[in-house]
Amino acid sequence: MAELITMPKLGFDMAEGKLVRWVKKQGETVNKGEVLAEVETDKATVEVESFVSGVVAATFAEEGSFQKVGALIGVIAAPGESVDVNALRAQASGGAAPVKPAAPAPTAAPAPSTPKSNGQPPSAISHQPMLRISPIARRMADELGIDPRQLKGSGPEGRITKKDIEAHVAAKAAPAQVPSFPAFPSVSILREDTAIPLTKLRSAIARRMTESKTGVPHFYVTVDVDMEAVLDLRKQLNAMLGDASKLSVNDFIVKAAALALRDYPNLNASFNGDHIVRHGHINVGNAVSVEAGLLIVVVKDADAKSPAQISAEVKAMAARAREGKVKPDDVEGSTFTISNLGMYDVDSFVAIINPPDAAILAVGSAQQVPVVKNGALAVGWRMKGTISADHRVTDGAEAAQFMQALKKKLEEPLRLML
Amino acid sequence: MPQLTMREAISQALWEEMEANPKVFLLGEEIGVWGGTYAVTRGFHDHFGPERVRDTPIAEGVIAGAAIGAAMNGLRPVAEMMTINFAFLAFDMIVNHAAKLRYMFNGQFKVPVIIRAAGGGGRQLGATHSQTPDVIFAHFPGLYVVAPGTPYDAKGMLKAALRQDNPVLFIEHATLYQARGEVPEGDFTVPLGKSDVKRKGKDVTIVTYSKMLQISMEAANQLAAEGIEAEVIDLRSLRPLDLDPVFESFKKTNRAVIVEEGWKSFGIGAEVAARTYEECFDYLDAPIKRVAQLEVPLPYNRELEQSAIPKAADVVKAVKEVL
Repeated sequence: MAELITMPKLGFDMAEGKLVRWVKKQGETVNKGEVLAEVETDKATVEVESFVSGVVAATFAEEGSFQKVGALIGVIAAPGESVDVNALRAQASGGAAPVKPAAPAPTAAPAPSTPKSNGQPPSAISHQPMLRISPIARRMADELGIDPRQLKGSGPEGRITKKDIEAHVAAKAAPAQVPSFPAFPSVSILREDTAIPLTKLRSAIARRMTESKTGVPHFYVTVDVDMEAVLDLRKQLNAMLGDASKLSVNDFIVKAAALALRDYPNLNASFNGDHIVRHGHINVGNAVSVEAGLLIVVVKDADAKSPAQISAEVKAMAARAREGKVKPDDVEGSTFTISNLGMYDVDSFVAIINPPDAAILAVGSAQQVPVVKNGALAVGWRMKGTISADHRVTDGAEAAQFMQALKKKLEEPLRLML
Repeated sequence: MPQLTMREAISQALWEEMEANPKVFLLGEEIGVWGGTYAVTRGFHDHFGPERVRDTPIAEGVIAGAAIGAAMNGLRPVAEMMTINFAFLAFDMIVNHAAKLRYMFNGQFKVPVIIRAAGGGGRQLGATHSQTPDVIFAHFPGLYVVAPGTPYDAKGMLKAALRQDNPVLFIEHATLYQARGEVPEGDFTVPLGKSDVKRKGKDVTIVTYSKMLQISMEAANQLAAEGIEAEVIDLRSLRPLDLDPVFESFKKTNRAVIVEEGWKSFGIGAEVAARTYEECFDYLDAPIKRVAQLEVPLPYNRELEQSAIPKAADVVKAVKEVL
């Protein structure tokens, strides 16, 4: 029994996907669970697994083409099974991008219903293709003395519409090009601008960040955190751990933020028109820089996980994100986000809220600075954290109290290990 | 200009006409002492008394029949059907008696009866209480069927209905009673059987009425943000049906989407599209699209109910399909 492959829905708001690559080509054998193709969504490139075993009888979506969710993109047949690929191809090409020239179909073409009289193929005796033209376009063409067969229609199935007639008239009316003097070659070295087409991820970031920065009233609160204790604890712990499982400062920050969110649930929330949603789970997103932009990988229920567990999850998800193999579950469902630029010697910065979260925490580097201890100058480790919060959901005092709680948790880090 | 709700606008129209004309009286279920299921006639019983604001038995055939008899004898009754779904019980009275008596008796009688009925879905009232059977009534010559979409039109058309001699089914959308709009002070009427251009545009013609006017305007605003200018025409009356503004608009835009809350089969969209094809064939640049309720009895479950009723996004999608 042939199985139809359709463009999967890989996120709740996914409308179409780019078929990046067929991992299994036409004619190849595929086992259930093997990667069949790679699909790029707004967020990531995702591997699509085959849910049956068989032979790829045909693929209808070209690599690089965009396909609507649910569109027929291929078919898998049982070994030896014949499939009417032409009929499926006709079904797939209804409105979709042009498909590859057909490889020999496994089944015989249907016999022509009219007897061949002169040995010519049936197509040679068929009529001229029907002219698709809207009534108003036909009337305008008549009135203007235009032969519509000369025009290329831009409507559905190539229908010639009013717009095409108007464009044709405008093109004819445009004054003939006056030959211009040849331009003098420029003596300076040409340094041309380069247009970089947006990737899906880049355009998703552009859209979401513009919506957030223009639509969400941000305010900012910065605190200075004494990191001495965290750094000491981390040193002790890492001395006991193997290279692969060493903890980062960020793992402690994720845990501390998650615990602080338990006390301040208004910052673990979303603004939703006429009400505020306080999220039951505390899912902390972590901004990860990837080649084409950035992704938020999400530690689910971070308040209930140890720093070591958080560390392992973030490492695995970040690695997948950097390879472009992120799973939809890795990037969905954040309720609060942390953006950490500590590794780039950043003193402090402010981040744009990642909707629908109500807040994002921007973390700088832990730096050695002069501090006053017991009335005397000393050397201390300090880190600046800045929260950007949605003023529709929370206010300055509450955000400040949250930051105070976060600071306290980081300054007494043993509690994070409980 | 004062902002009124649809409920206040309808209430004012009834109150003012009752003050002005002693022949106007009301009858219906729970409209008197209780003030009406949708509170349109609250306070009327105390002010005008039980003679002119009559609570009736739960018997829609009786309500419509009594109103028709009173109208034939020179009064101006306004009968209320608690919902249009209950008007099915008075169907014979409405379509065979109200709609035909004047014609069959060669004008010896006039039947200036108004039947008010709350219609439409979206309030989780279940399949039998959420229908939009407007077209069924609009099928019968002799009966005026009107369904305003704004407080201004509701007040003006109800007053106009009370000053003319034809039977009128006056459909009020149950989810529009709280809708606000500008209504001028003082006496005014809005003619029955006249469509109204509610929004000017050049790219596509959206034809609609009642609650779907709200949805269509929302869609038009979304489209405007993308540079698509939709002209929105509010039919206001289904019979007489005034399509001249639709044809005029279509000759400019060459593309149309018709939006109705009821089912698509045999609906307003079918009627408007067919007449537009007949009258404007040479102006057609794309097939006319209809947006309508899914063809199921309307579900009770809120999510399912909402998914069956047209939304602004459905209108936006249909517009993009014809562009």
